[in-house]
Amino acid sequence: MLELKHVSFTAKDEQNKDGGKEILHDVNLTVTERFVALTGPNGGGKSTLAKIIAGIYQPTSGQILFNGEDITSLSITERAKKGISFAFQQPVRFKGITVKDLLTIASDKKLSVSEACHYLSEVGLCAREYVNREVNASLSGGELKRIEIATILARGTALSVFDEPEAGIDLWSFNSLIKVFENLHQKINGSILIISHQERILNIADRIIVLADGRVTKTGGREILPELLSGSRPKTCAVLTGEGV
Amino acid sequence: MDAIERDLLQKVADLHDVPEGAYNIRENGQSVARSSTKNIEIVTKTEEGKPGIDIIIQPYTKNQSVHIPVILSKSGLKESVYNDFYIGEGADVLIIAGCGIHNCGNQNSEHSGIHTFHVGKNAKIKYVEKHYAQGEGTGEKIMNPTTEIYIDEGGSMEMETTQIKGVDSTKRITTAKLAKNASLVVKEKLYTHGKQTATTDFTVDLDGEGSSADLVSRSVAAENSHQAFTAVINGNNKCTGHSECDAIVMDNATVTALPALTANNVDAELIHEAAIGKIAGEQLIKLMSLGLDEAQAEEYIIQGFLK
Repeated sequence: MLELKHVSFTAKDEQNKDGGKEILHDVNLTVTERFVALTGPNGGGKSTLAKIIAGIYQPTSGQILFNGEDITSLSITERAKKGISFAFQQPVRFKGITVKDLLTIASDKKLSVSEACHYLSEVGLCAREYVNREVNASLSGGELKRIEIATILARGTALSVFDEPEAGIDLWSFNSLIKVFENLHQKINGSILIISHQERILNIADRIIVLADGRVTKTGGREILPELLSGSRPKTCAVLTGEGV
Repeated sequence: MDAIERDLLQKVADLHDVPEGAYNIRENGQSVARSSTKNIEIVTKTEEGKPGIDIIIQPYTKNQSVHIPVILSKSGLKESVYNDFYIGEGADVLIIAGCGIHNCGNQNSEHSGIHTFHVGKNAKIKYVEKHYAQGEGTGEKIMNPTTEIYIDEGGSMEMETTQIKGVDSTKRITTAKLAKNASLVVKEKLYTHGKQTATTDFTVDLDGEGSSADLVSRSVAAENSHQAFTAVINGNNKCTGHSECDAIVMDNATVTALPALTANNVDAELIHEAAIGKIAGEQLIKLMSLGLDEAQAEEYIIQGFLK
């Protein structure tokens, strides 16, 4: 359903107008399974790839297909309307906009309090305490993160992209988080693409894609997980590998 | 009262009909309807050159409201009105004022409301003031509200002042003097567009021991409008004071924020915050990723900000 063909992305360099840093290099991948996990070292281009899928960044070259349609030139809004949802790694705060307001926009219909509460309960928030709160600095990082996930549940689109959903959620067990993804899958009957470093999330993935230095370096089923975990240290850094010390 | 006037009345005072309790409705320079109650008396001022009313609220009057809306629907009308409120000891009341101008002519319409509040010992009031203007004429719609506040020992006042669109020029002056343990909370909401100008000036003297003030302004300046916000808090005793100006600036609009604090006592605790900036790009992106287009996202953010 989602297909990236030869996608490259070069970040503009303000100092050097002609140059820039290549973040993604000729990325080819498809997302057709239930859960696809995108993993790899920090700085490898995972979040950039997610933003390219959501339409926040435009690829320097390459093509993005969604359900067979070329969406490369579509805006964020148009892609959202086609059925792509994106949960930010660092959720945004708004003064004066309540949790219920956000859930209402996300679900694109008039939402009753009990419907809004339902989404919040699913992400482990005591709904009545949160539904009328503003999505502002009074919420903790973990609370915001759960609300962010709840907005994606409320959208219920064919493709949901989560950028490190587990980050900042400390007290909430991963079992609950995994259950949320399973419920979401049942409801939308679509795909979920999760950027994650957590073994337990990788463990439920139907497919794991490893992105390092802007390239897909490995892809496969759960069976590649032991290999990924055993070679967790980057092999290129002389200090970490002990070479030449 | 015609449809335009009824619409203005609804916008500035949420009134569909004559209100319950005490009220005075001023229309095009005349008092057109008035009602006093057992505890709240409204009387016309007799002093020469000082048109307006006195609103006298008896001590310990509870859970009652006073409406004093003003509407101007004739182009070219210019007036200054003096309204003095005397709020008795221990009273707890809601006062709703507001001014609506409809100017479809080419002459300026101008309303200057000078409101003085004498808040008695341990009295508690909530004062809501809305300003609104409409009309396609070239004549400007001008409102200059002045609010003078005196709060006696243990008294408190909460003031909500809102001006959303339509007013071409406004100079809003608020001064307050607080006695022992008195408190003042002001919440201002402002939206300017076109070539409008809005000036807000607060001066608060925290004279009494244990007095407190909290001044919060949220504003949006769009198109070619200009806003200037000044908040002066003088801590003259053991007291707490806080002022906050939070502004979104758009298009070619300009905003100036000048908070000023003076501690004249070693136990005065005073804080100011001022933040001016455009709508954060990530806020727009977030709402667009939920399916809104850019203009809808912008409108939603502004609406929430001024809610």
